[in-house]
Amino acid sequence: MAVNDIKRGVSLYSFQEEYYLRKMSLEDCIAQCAEFGAYGIETIAEQMMPGFPALSDDFYEQWHGWMKKYKTVPTCHDMFLDTKRVKGRLLNDEEMVASLARDIKHASRLGCFCIRILVITPPHIMELCAPIAEEYGVKLLLEIHSPWHFTHEWIVKHIEVMERTKSGILGLMPDLGIFVHTFPSVIYKRSLRNGATPALVKEIIATYDDHGDVAGLPALIESKGGNKEDVGLARNVGHYCDVDPRKMINYMPLIHHIHGKFYEMTEDYREPSIPYDQIIAALKDGDYKGYISSEYEGNRHIQDAFEVDSVEQVRRHQVMLQRLIDGIN
Amino acid sequence: MFDKYLICEDSLRNVVEDGIVIGFELEVRITSYRGLALSMVEGFDVTVDGESFPREANIFLVRGRPFNFTEMETEYEVRWEMGEKAILRVPKAGGLPAGPHKIGVVEYLRISYAPVISEAADNKLLELLT
Repeated sequence: MAVNDIKRGVSLYSFQEEYYLRKMSLEDCIAQCAEFGAYGIETIAEQMMPGFPALSDDFYEQWHGWMKKYKTVPTCHDMFLDTKRVKGRLLNDEEMVASLARDIKHASRLGCFCIRILVITPPHIMELCAPIAEEYGVKLLLEIHSPWHFTHEWIVKHIEVMERTKSGILGLMPDLGIFVHTFPSVIYKRSLRNGATPALVKEIIATYDDHGDVAGLPALIESKGGNKEDVGLARNVGHYCDVDPRKMINYMPLIHHIHGKFYEMTEDYREPSIPYDQIIAALKDGDYKGYISSEYEGNRHIQDAFEVDSVEQVRRHQVMLQRLIDGIN
Repeated sequence: MFDKYLICEDSLRNVVEDGIVIGFELEVRITSYRGLALSMVEGFDVTVDGESFPREANIFLVRGRPFNFTEMETEYEVRWEMGEKAILRVPKAGGLPAGPHKIGVVEYLRISYAPVISEAADNKLLELLT
């Protein structure tokens, strides 16, 4: 068994359906992660911490109480940048820096070691915020999220800034959704329920899975008389990408956290669309020492027709992660 | 993405002020997967049994605090949290008659990373509560 130091965690984003419907509280979510042995807790304040950014001292005290009670550790705070907060104009640099500074202070109070930086954040804002992040000891990690990937021009600019900032406070956080090898069935099944044409859906999915002309799909499907759902799916598949997991190894010095995106876990603990075996193998080869945060994103694709059970989905994902990390198949 | 939860069941009622029915209201939940400051909530169009009530006249109450369409536009502090029930109040002299009503709500959100305004719709049959 290969020795490695990959740790398991959960992004509470995974439980958004249950939280939204008030079936689970923030504490319930934390307790559930601990039960799965996923001790790294990633949070989205704008989902589950009402009142953010003006949270009380009592809240932070309670938070640390929960971490102690459940033996969990805060890992990451997921920030947002409301560039369109003011109607009719975009935020200026000063406002963007202030917004991020607010997130850095919050992450520091939670005890997180990093912040998920939304990919729309401009590289020069990261550079301006680096000294604040250094002061608070919180890493700013740009999320590599489809349709962006490592060699995308925007990401390359970010990486230049990260390398120029010698302190190591800036880095990357790949979302495993950039490794979609087989198009997730939960997505196209929803299209079918909404009235997509089975033959066209089959063609769209085959084009994605066979690395065909995905960019040309919307026009092609339109020319074949596809309905709104067909064309929508044809456009949607263009937002997914199938990067080779070994690409991560080149960037390993910059990677400090990972979003374990998944769309559906089967009863036999497989994620049919994302090659987790290859991903974990690449992470072991790259000597990755951080957390993988389970990030379930299937609820939005099934909630129209099925009861969402995020807890069971995360449980299966954690079982799979543990087996792959420990080298048991 | 939480479009189907936008209109809350069992929440339709008439609004009485000084003994006069001035309109009706119902509860709504945000369709986004996170809360937003009200400046990014661009209002709600309502239809009842085919009759339209455009967003400009409707009042939005978060945790009991009312905002009209113009006030929402510059409210950068007060947030509508994820999953939180807020009240959508529609002025209509005399309110709605008793019985079931076909309610439609379209919610407009300005999401920073989306190229266009997000329009989410929900339709439900609600019984007027008395």
